Amino acid sequence: MSWFLFILLSVMAIGGGLGVVATRNVVHACLFLLFSLLAVAGLYVVLLTEFLALVQIFIYGGAIIIVLLFAIMLTRSKEYPSISDNSQWPLALVSGLALFSLLTATFVVNSSSFEEMHRVALTDLGTTLFTDWALPFEIASLVLLLALIGSIVIAKVERRR
Amino acid sequence: MVTLMHFQIVSAALFSVGLYGVLARRSAVLILMSIELMLNAVNLNLIAIASFTDPERFAGFIIAIFVITVGAAEVGLALAIVLRMFRNRATVNIDEIELMKW
Repeated sequence: MSWFLFILLSVMAIGGGLGVVATRNVVHACLFLLFSLLAVAGLYVVLLTEFLALVQIFIYGGAIIIVLLFAIMLTRSKEYPSISDNSQWPLALVSGLALFSLLTATFVVNSSSFEEMHRVALTDLGTTLFTDWALPFEIASLVLLLALIGSIVIAKVERRR
Repeated sequence: MVTLMHFQIVSAALFSVGLYGVLARRSAVLILMSIELMLNAVNLNLIAIASFTDPERFAGFIIAIFVITVGAAEVGLALAIVLRMFRNRATVNIDEIELMKW
């Protein structure tokens, strides 16, 4: 059962990713990205981490896709329905394939003996996050605040006097 | 039986697809989407390793949460820059944004 789900969700995730980089229409690319992100959330469920699957669906499926669609609609360029790749795409294809073969060879050669997945209790995760990782947590909130202020400052329309 | 290696291979495939997208696309928004794919591949790798190894340590899960946080901040900032670029230059094609090209 878990094997079947894994194959199905992996094909969906990688297929969605290929759709993002292959389609000519920007809005279609955004919807393919949503598809791929939801499939990755399904893979998190296969990995027994339901909490991170929920976080993935809320933040990526909810927030980031909506913000990307907003940006597409606000920068409505004439070439969006049929955007072309740049002329170095064969080089990009070669480097993508080379990276994939290198990583796959590494993972297969150094294949680990772990076969059992562990479920981590959400309370343990929360306790660790707020004790051992308290300082990085506060820094992350600062990063979010700065990104918020920075994006407002950058995107603001200044009026000429 | 699904092992750690299979998740790592899926994550490698997603990362390579994202790399191709970053190198081959011309629109800034599409490059951002490819970066999101790469961040997701990294997250999948982190969570798979954390889930298959020691159950007493959660560093992988927590780093994945931080990656999602930083990814959200990055998208917000980058899209503000894209909007600004579009307002000033009326294009989001990065081949035409060559002000800082040396």
